Formats: sequence, C-alpha cells, structure tokens
Amino acid sequence: MAKTDIGPPNYKNFLPPVIQKNYGKWKHHEILKPGLLKHVAESGDELYTVRVGSGRLLSTDHIREICEIADKYCDGYLRFTSRHNVEFLLTDKNRVDALIAELKSKNYPVGGTGHSITNIVHTQGWVHCHTPATDASGPVKAVMDELYDYFVTMKLPAHVRIALACCLNMCGAVHCSDIAILGIHRTVPKPDHSRVPNVCEIPTTIASCPTGAIRPDPKTKSVVINEEKCMYCGNCYTVCPALPLADAENDGISIWVGGKVSNARSAPMFSKLVIPYLPNNPPRWPETVAAVKNIVEIYAKQGRKHERMGEWIDRVGWERFFRLTGIEFTDKHIDDFTLAPNTFRTTTQFKWG
Amino acid sequence: MAKSETPLLDELEKGPWPSFVKDIKQAAEKKPMARDLLGQLELSYKEKIGHWKHGGIVGVKGYGGGVIGRYSDRPDLFPGVEHFHTLRVNHPTGWFYTTKALRALCDVWDKHGSGLTNMHGSTGDIILLGTKTENLQPCFDDLSDAGFDLGGSGSALRTPSACVGPGRCEWACIDSLDICYNLTMEFQDQIHRPMFPYKFKIKVSACANDCVAAIARADFSIIGTWMGKIQIDAQEVKAYAASGLNIREEVTDLCPTKCMNWDEGKKELKIEDGDCTRCMHCINLMPKALRQGKEKGASILVGGKAPILQGALLSTLIVPFMKLEPPYKELKELIRKIQDWWDENGKSRERLGELINRVGMRTFLKAVGLKPIPQMVKSPRTNPYIFFWPEEIKKEVK
Ligand code: HEM
Ligand code: HEM
Ligand code: HEM
Ligand code: HEM
Ligand code: SF4
Ligand code: SF4
Ligand code: SF4
Ligand code: SF4
Repeated sequence: MAKTDIGPPNYKNFLPPVIQKNYGKWKHHEILKPGLLKHVAESGDELYTVRVGSGRLLSTDHIREICEIADKYCDGYLRFTSRHNVEFLLTDKNRVDALIAELKSKNYPVGGTGHSITNIVHTQGWVHCHTPATDASGPVKAVMDELYDYFVTMKLPAHVRIALACCLNMCGAVHCSDIAILGIHRTVPKPDHSRVPNVCEIPTTIASCPTGAIRPDPKTKSVVINEEKCMYCGNCYTVCPALPLADAENDGISIWVGGKVSNARSAPMFSKLVIPYLPNNPPRWPETVAAVKNIVEIYAKQGRKHERMGEWIDRVGWERFFRLTGIEFTDKHIDDFTLAPNTFRTTTQFKWG
Repeated sequence: MAKSETPLLDELEKGPWPSFVKDIKQAAEKKPMARDLLGQLELSYKEKIGHWKHGGIVGVKGYGGGVIGRYSDRPDLFPGVEHFHTLRVNHPTGWFYTTKALRALCDVWDKHGSGLTNMHGSTGDIILLGTKTENLQPCFDDLSDAGFDLGGSGSALRTPSACVGPGRCEWACIDSLDICYNLTMEFQDQIHRPMFPYKFKIKVSACANDCVAAIARADFSIIGTWMGKIQIDAQEVKAYAASGLNIREEVTDLCPTKCMNWDEGKKELKIEDGDCTRCMHCINLMPKALRQGKEKGASILVGGKAPILQGALLSTLIVPFMKLEPPYKELKELIRKIQDWWDENGKSRERLGELINRVGMRTFLKAVGLKPIPQMVKSPRTNPYIFFWPEEIKKEVK
C-alpha cells in the first residue's frame, strides 16, 4: 500500500539555484515591462520572471508544453501564482527576449504585472460542480478576451483584481475583489416528490439545510421547503439529488465592486453589490462582459494614480459611482441582513451624484 | 466538413485569451472521459444548467478527505463521466515546480484520469479533474510514489498556502514558505482526517500586501510586519525624485497616517515612525530607497470566513507581533489552543469567527490566554451592555 501523510514535496527541492542562493536576500525589484519582473539580490545576482496568463483548466499536454518551454529557457524551473498565472524564472538576461517571443508566438498572454488586470480567480461552474448558478470558465474567458489589453499593459490607476464564484458558497476569493462576478440562484429547490422517498434519507436532508428551511411532509413522504428561509445554497441537493435547484431562466450573475485585500494605504474592504442580476447568456455572456468593461473603463478614466477601485469610490462616493456608470440603483442594493443599518447614511452629508 | 458537435463551446475557442475549450478538446483526443465532459458541457451551455450531482462518499484508504465525489445526471448520454471525481493534491509550497515533478504528475494523471487539471484550485491545491471510483486508489498509490500527497477537504484543515515571500520578494518579513511547509507537515493528520466542526484555513503572507489574501480567506492568518524605523536611503530617495516620481503626490499624500514629510527644497524624506501603521504603500513605491524596520515578525489574525452561514467576516487581530523562527513552537501552541477551544465549543458547521461572535471575544481571549490590548479593536465598545466575570463582582455580604 502507498505511504500516507507524506505531505507535499519539499518546495526547497523545486527552487531554482539562484533562489536557493539568494533566499531571503532580495534587495529590490522593478517591473521592466508588462509581464517582466527583475529582482536583484544583495549579492548582485539577477532573477528575471516572465509572467503569462492561463485558462486554469489545463490538459496534461498543455502542461507538458509549458514544461518544454521551461526546460529550454529556465533549466526546468517554473512556478504558478495564486491567480493561476505561470511564471518562468531565469537568470540569463539575454534569453529573456527570446523566451517572450516564443511565448507570444504560442499565444501565451504576457502580462498581469503592476497596474494591470491580472488573471481572474475562479471556480468550477458547469465543468465540475453540482450547485453552480452559472459557468465559471466560460464567463472568465469571455471577460478576459474583452479585457485582454488591460492584461498586457499597465495603464490602469492601480491593480484591478477580478474574481468569479459560481454560487454563494463562493469557492473563489470574490468577496474582497475590485470586481466580483458572483453566480446567484433566485429560486428554491423543487422537490421531486416521486423520487425523494426513494433516493434520499429524509433526516439527513433536513439536517443539511443551514437555515432550517426543510420540513418533512408526512403526506407525500417527501419534504417541503420554506421559501422565506431558503437562501438557495444547494446544500440539500448535495445529499438529496431529488431536490434540484438550478433554474435555467432565473439563475444568473451579480456584480460586486470595490473590494481589496492588501493593507496598502486603506484597510482591506469587502466588495459591494452594484448589479443584482444579469441573465446567463452562454456562450459569451455579453451582458456580464459589457457590465464589467463599463466599470473598468470609468474607473480607468476617473481613478487617481495608485487609487484602487474601492478607494476611488470612497473618495467620490457611491452616489457618483452610480451616476457615472449609469447603473440603476434599486431596493436590492439596500442591505436587509443582520448588520444592515451599518450601511445606512446617518449624516446629512451626501453628494448630489 | 462534418458539423461540429459543440457549436456553443467552439465560440469560446475564439479570442486572444487562452481557451479552456481547447484544453478539453486536446485531452478529448486521447480520453473518452474528456470527450464526454465536452459533450455534457455543451449540453449545459445549451440548457443553461449544470449536469452534476453529488453522490456517496468516495475516497482513498486511510483518508477522510481529499477527493470530491461527482456523478453525471445524464450517464445515459455521457457514460464516460458517469463518475467524474476530483483529487485535491497538496501543491508544493509557493507553487514552485521542476519540470521533472510536473511531468511525473502528468504521467500519473494520464494513466488514471481524464488528463484535465486545474493549476490550481482556489484552495491552492493541484486539482486533478475527473476520474472513476475504481481508479482513485491506484491513482493515489502512484501519486504517493511520485512524492505527492492529497490536500484537505471537508471539515478538516485545508491545505495551507503561502506567498512567494523570501523566495523572490524583498518585502518578506517572515519565511512564509518555510512556515507554511512546516505547519503542513506538522498537521498532516488534521488535513487528511476531518475531525473539526467545519473547515479551518491557515494562510501565510510575508507582508501587509497580503498576496495570498490571508486576511480575507483564512481562519488563522499570519501576516508579516516589523518593529522599529523604516530604513531610509537618502541617496536613493533623491534618485527617485530625479527619475520623475512625484514623491508628494504619489507617496507622502497617500500615506494613510500622514506620518511622512517630504521637503521638496532639500529633497529630504522624514517619517514619524511612531505613527506609521506599516501599510507598505511607501515601500511599494520606492523599494530601492525604503526598507522595513530591522526587527521582523508577524501579526496574527483569526476568524475570517465567507458568508455561509452567518455572514462574512474579515480576520481580526489577536497578536500584533510574534517572532517566527523554526521550529515555531509558540505559533503551533497558539494554533493548537485555538483549534482545541473551537473543537470543544463550536457547533457543527460553525466557523471559528462565528463561534467568537457567538460567545464573545473576551471568552475567546480568556480561553487561549491572550491579554486584551487596544491593538485588537478599532475603538472600545459604544454600548453599555457590559458583562463582568463573576470574580470581578463583590459578593453580597449577608
Ligand atoms: C514580485 C513579486 C510581487 C510584488 C512586488 C507584489 C506587489 C504587490 C503590491 C504592491 C500589492 C499591493 C497592492 C496595493 O497597492 O493595493 C500586492 C497585492 C497583492 N498581490 Fe502581489 N506582488 C508580488 C507577487 C505576487 C504574487 C506572486 C501574487 C500571486 C500570485 C500576488 C498576489 C497579490 C494579491 C492577491 C494582492 C492583493 C490584492 C488585493 O488587495 O486585492 N502578488 N502585491
Ligand atoms: C460579493 C460577494 C462575495 C463573494 C462572491 C465572496 C466570495 C468569497 C469566496 C469565494 C471566498 C473563498 C475563499 C477561499 O476559500 O479561498 C470568500 C471568503 C471570504 N469572504 Fe467572501 N464573498 C463575498 C462577500 C463577502 C462579504 C460581504 C464578506 C464580509 C462581510 C466576505 C468575507 C469573506 C471572508 C472573511 C472570507 C474568508 C473566508 C473563508 O475561507 O471562509 N465575503 N468569499
Ligand atoms: C455549504 C457550503 C458549501 C458547499 C456545499 C460547498 C461545496 C463545494 C464543492 C462541492 C466543491 C467542489 C467543486 C468541484 O470541484 O466540483 C467546493 C469547492 C471549493 N469550496 Fe466549497 N462549498 C461550500 C462552502 C464553501 C465556502 C464557504 C468556501 C469558502 C469560503 C468554500 C471554498 C471552496 C473552495 C476554495 C473550493 C475549491 C474550488 C476550486 O478550486 O475551484 N466552500 N465546494
Ligand atoms: C442603559 C442604557 C442607557 C441609559 C440609561 C441612557 C440614558 C440617557 C440619558 C439619561 C440621556 C440624557 C437625556 C437628556 O438629555 O435629557 C441620554 C442621552 C442620549 N443617549 Fe443614552 N442611555 C443609554 C444607552 C444609550 C446608548 C446605548 C446609546 C447609543 C449608542 C445612547 C445614546 C444617547 C444619545 C445619542 C443621547 C443624546 C445625547 C445628546 O443629547 O447629545 N444611550 N441617554
Ligand atoms: S462556488 Fe458554488 S458552484 Fe462554484 S464551485 Fe464552489 S460550491 Fe460549486
Ligand atoms: S438550497 Fe440551501 S437554504 Fe435552500 S433549502 Fe436547500 S439547503 Fe436549505
Ligand atoms: S505578501 Fe508581501 S512579501 Fe509576500 S509576495 Fe506579496 S509583497 Fe511579497
Ligand atoms: S508604511 Fe504606510 S503608514 Fe507607514 S510611512 Fe509608509 S505609507 Fe505611511
């Protein structure tokens, strides 16, 4: 039998020699151009990093192609970033241009550094999950095609981090992103009373609901769902496949903006709701793509240098954000969960828009 | 030419961004499983609905997690994905690889699975996307031989992750890679055998830029910081000014604490370090001129979580400064104390942050033996509903 609990391979064996030698002794770095970083160590050694975007869903053949490039230019070393980018690490300055040329010729987008829009952190969607309200890879591809120019340049006021999660479970890091694309269900599960008694264990199904929305129904030997309590999470479907949740016409996408994680300047912030619902419109989700692009372009024009999207909105106010973007403000935008009053205005100071 | 069977997905092969559809098609040339995945996905695109269901628990011998079970709800149309389970494989810390190791991984997956992966999943794990139940154990055995192990899932410690830190970043205040690897090895049992009320995440960023989003995504966040003065290289400051950086507009005016002073005439930068909150902005902008203070360590924050169930929380500060050096005894003791308290007091599916909110921060602090200090709050309370411990109240004298 195989050994268990061996843990991951020791990363030390995977560090390129220049990193092993200068580990913890880096002095400074520069972004020489989009997608190209230069780190200089105290010893004077130089490390060049070429960053490329990827679709995250990779075939083994594709990974082998990446390996071949890394063998050719980087002595077989590379790394991935937490945002699904690939980084080629090399020490020979004279090989950098050839590497970038080869990557471009193979259609790898080179960029994602500094004040750019880097890769979209995202989840599984229709490719692998059972509760998605939208696909993940498809909307990401469509949005990145449209924002491609912002990946390969660094012309925005600051970093823009976009993330996508295909349901409220939010497996991607969406809630603290400059722009978050979040799949939402809007209808409760529809019990298939003929199947529930056969395929589901009723007590387990009831226990699976985080909000206690499921009651047994002795008449049908099935369950009923309290529409007021259900928040469309799909947990019950996990344990009971006869409680389908997805609804082709009502599922869709919501858009949230102004979050950040880093502590630079302002404290970390959550993303806030700006568009409560856009329809699912595969294969290219034109409404979502247009909404994201509109927000990015207005921020690009209005934001001051180094000002993250949330910092820009804090400065000009939400009233102006809605005017500038032309996004409609509705009752959905006003919080009605536990801490709602924290988001209400409790002063006479406001802007006209 | 034959008509394409995937007209909708074909649309996503167009455009400049790398196309996941191309990758699925590439795998489909060799693997019937990938071909049926493509077919089922096309059906989802047509019907605007997913076609997966959860099922029984699947896994490998000795482990309680690491595999996500997945079954098609249309096995009649797509028998290749009747089972399509995913393995979460613990990534090498910092996501560094040699091509040799990556190819070994590909070999295992070509042999046992769909040939499709996520590099990487949102937890940080390598995701091996889709295989049959009977392939799970042989696949795990081969992974283990190749030096890889599964990551966490379910009510377990999830695979810890770390920023690139000292590997390539001059701003690293702590050895994020070593800390992450060390904790991963220490807590193997908790990763592989779910035994907590719910999931528990540990993330390590070596400075306040927080490149792995620890503050937003972890129950236990370790974020590098420093004590003492920011080191200023006056010559390099002048060089930045000469190079066209507008130090007033881009650096000092954006300092959140307004503790910097730029003398335009003398080209001199001063920092009132007592007021600095170590946000990293000025250092980000002038890496050659400004370096962090000499005494390095980490701030510890706890309780971050996503909205399910009681609403989302950011992590809150509990230890302003901890020196972190191997074997990280103090750190591990604190993690154990916190997990034990949570394990004992948490309800099923109650995350650490929710438990703290339910019973109160003072109860948490007392249980883990931390002294309350002003750094823990933005401000003291504004409501008068103050609870006192029984021993703080004078007993009635009869
Ligand atoms: C050379 C290495 C790097 C440098 C110099 C760097 C620099 C920075 C800076 C300056 C910020 C703060 C941005 C702000 O002003 O708000 C930041 C934030 C961040 N960086 Fe990095 N970074 C590096 C590597 C990485 C890597 C490898 C990743 C992940 C793959 C990463 C992911 C992030 C994330 C997620 C944030 C937080 C963004 C947010 O606030 O939402 N960084 N980084
Ligand atoms: C736009 C809506 C939101 C989306 C799409 C979203 C999405 C997510 C996702 C995907 C994660 C998971 C990360 C991971 O496992 O690595 C996450 C974590 C988290 N979210 Fe959000 N979120 C949203 C709103 C919020 C709000 C409003 C808050 C707080 C008020 C919040 C606080 C958190 C916290 C603290 C975590 C860390 C969590 C953990 O690992 O459990 N989120 N969020
Ligand atoms: C009731 C709650 C939840 C359920 C039923 C649930 C279910 C799932 C399932 C089934 C997957 C696997 C998707 C796949 O590979 O097919 C998944 C992935 C994941 N979940 Fe959750 N989840 C829940 C809550 C959360 C929360 C609150 C977070 C984080 C704050 C989270 C973070 C993640 C992450 C990071 C992944 C990996 C996603 C990826 O890499 O694409 N989950 N979840
Ligand atoms: C046991 C609880 C409390 C008691 C006994 C109490 C009592 C009082 C009294 C006697 C006054 C003065 C009324 C006057 O001017 O004639 C007052 C004013 C006020 N209280 Fe309270 N209070 C309590 C809790 C609170 C709380 C929790 C808040 C807010 C968080 C609050 C906010 C105020 C405010 C805003 C005023 C008006 C102050 C002003 O005129 O500037 N009180 N309260
Ligand atoms: S966000 Fe929701 S639908 Fe998407 S992968 Fe996670 S649990 Fe599944
Ligand atoms: S979808 Fe979620 S909230 Fe609604 S009934 Fe099912 S488990 Fe409960
Ligand atoms: S968190 Fe700080 S130390 Fe770590 S990689 Fe990001 S900027 Fe560097
Ligand atoms: S680190 Fe932040 S708070 Fe401190 S001096 Fe620099 S900009 Fe100001």
